[in-house]
Amino acid sequence: MKENPILFIGLLMSIALLATWLTGMIISDREMAEPISGPPYAPPSSEYLLGTDAQGRQMLPLMVWGVPLTLRMGLIAGSLGLLIGTILGFTAGFFGGIIDTIIRSLSDIVLTIPALAVLVVVASTISADGLSVESMAFIIAALAWMWPTRTIRSQVLSMRERDYIDVARLSGLNNFEIIVKELMPNLLPYLASSFVGAVAAAILAAIGLEALGLGPQHQPTLGMTIFWANYFGAVMSGWWWWYAPPIVLLIWLFVTLYAIAAGLDQWANPRLKKVTQ
Amino acid sequence: MNKSYLVTRLVTFVIILWLASSVIFILPHLAPGRNPVRERIVQQASLGSGRVEGIEKMVAAFERDYGLDKPVWKQYFTYMGKLVRLDLGLSLALYPAKVIDLIMQALPWTIGLLGISTLLAFGFGSLAGALLAWPKSPGFIQWLFPPLMVMSAIPYFLLGIFLMTVFAFMLKWFPIGGGSSLTSVPDWSFTYIKQILHHAVLPGLAVVLSGIGFWALSMRGMMITVTGEDYVNFAEMRGLGSRRIFFQYAMRNAILPQVTALALALGFVVSGLVLVEWVFRYPGIGSLLFKAIAAFDYFLIYGVVFVLILGIALTTLFLDLIYPLLDPRIKYERE
Repeated sequence: MKENPILFIGLLMSIALLATWLTGMIISDREMAEPISGPPYAPPSSEYLLGTDAQGRQMLPLMVWGVPLTLRMGLIAGSLGLLIGTILGFTAGFFGGIIDTIIRSLSDIVLTIPALAVLVVVASTISADGLSVESMAFIIAALAWMWPTRTIRSQVLSMRERDYIDVARLSGLNNFEIIVKELMPNLLPYLASSFVGAVAAAILAAIGLEALGLGPQHQPTLGMTIFWANYFGAVMSGWWWWYAPPIVLLIWLFVTLYAIAAGLDQWANPRLKKVTQ
Repeated sequence: MNKSYLVTRLVTFVIILWLASSVIFILPHLAPGRNPVRERIVQQASLGSGRVEGIEKMVAAFERDYGLDKPVWKQYFTYMGKLVRLDLGLSLALYPAKVIDLIMQALPWTIGLLGISTLLAFGFGSLAGALLAWPKSPGFIQWLFPPLMVMSAIPYFLLGIFLMTVFAFMLKWFPIGGGSSLTSVPDWSFTYIKQILHHAVLPGLAVVLSGIGFWALSMRGMMITVTGEDYVNFAEMRGLGSRRIFFQYAMRNAILPQVTALALALGFVVSGLVLVEWVFRYPGIGSLLFKAIAAFDYFLIYGVVFVLILGIALTTLFLDLIYPLLDPRIKYERE
């Protein structure tokens, strides 16, 4: 715990989140997150713990049922992005040469494009009804593989020249086996950190899309809650219970994911520990 | 810097633009059966009495205006030709306003906000990060580390909503949105400029606070690597002053990968800024994009997206070209 305070904090925060979520699941059920499950515009009271929104959805169940949707989408998009990034990064770093140049140029070019812009174009074109959680995940993943590719590639490049790789080669392992059996286990903490980072980035992109109104319209996701809050002018009308819960929840979620990613990164790269010791 | 690199870089630039614009062009055609013009007219008709004669003729007339009646490949070439001249077509929602005019109105706001806040965040963040990594910096600097980390994790626009609630709504120190006061007339008077600045503080702060954390952390990482290098030790052994080593030896070298990171993070920064503008109803490109989405104004959406990509590609090109000026070691010859 002392060695890696960031990771510890991150894990603590996620446990807190989990506990709150489980409590929420016990107290409420799915129908309460649907519209007209309560009187609209109701401020927090003993009956509606976090009040209701303009369409009668109860806020607390909305939060509780929105979190798994958001997380699921982040996980799908993050894993897909990391998978593509890993494959491309290992290939580019290990084989080098022209393959490396092609992959690197491609990832640099795609990195230049602002992800949100493309997402907006795709989302607004594909469906007027809002995207499903899965389609959003796929589109986000398509734009999320670049960072993992770059970072994994640079790690592989530096590890390629180490002695144990030569030993493995001499013992007759083919390239694929070297990648899977020697390189990957050593990069595991780094991959884990990239994964958490990718999930956080995917959730961020999804929230951004949803807040603009391009998310799944019939499902109680956190981003859509923010969209509706803005649509009905919640800030200026003072209905703080409408936009404060999703924002607090999201900030907690992002800081948690960031802490875990940073903690894993520190575990993988102990040189980044505190300098003044 | 030698010519072949310059040429390669420019070619890459053109390829990026071509790729992006082609994708933007192709996407709507992939969704079959959508005719934005017809949708729009039917929508307008239903808003009225509901009985409109000659809808088909109207649709045909508009299609001619937008050039939608020609075969797809011909549309593609017309599209490309127009793009090169920056003719982005006509807006659907604010017809007959030209897309390019709408964008040009909104662009200065965005460039001002984005440019200044990114530079501030980059500058202060790098300085803070460098100080965090420097062993001889004052002790209190380390206290900045946790809040910076937390802030870097929060997305710009969430921070924006939070700032708006606290400082605009509750404390009423700053206006709640917009680029300038509702009742003022734009001119170059001092009062108007003061208003612009007043309205820009909160959105700018959202970007700066969150950005500082990010740049500080990455700069810290670079500095740690750099301060371990031999030339820094050598400078210290030679007895050079601490401040001189910090700025001219350590920071000077650590800033280089930072600049690369800036170029790469631009896409991310712009995406974040778009949402911040939307939160504050700041009259820049972000709000324009949002209005376009809300009104299903496809041509405006594509136009704004293209301009965003163009802007980022230009900035990246610029940073790439001045990089050798910052780092004389880089020769950019064939790798």
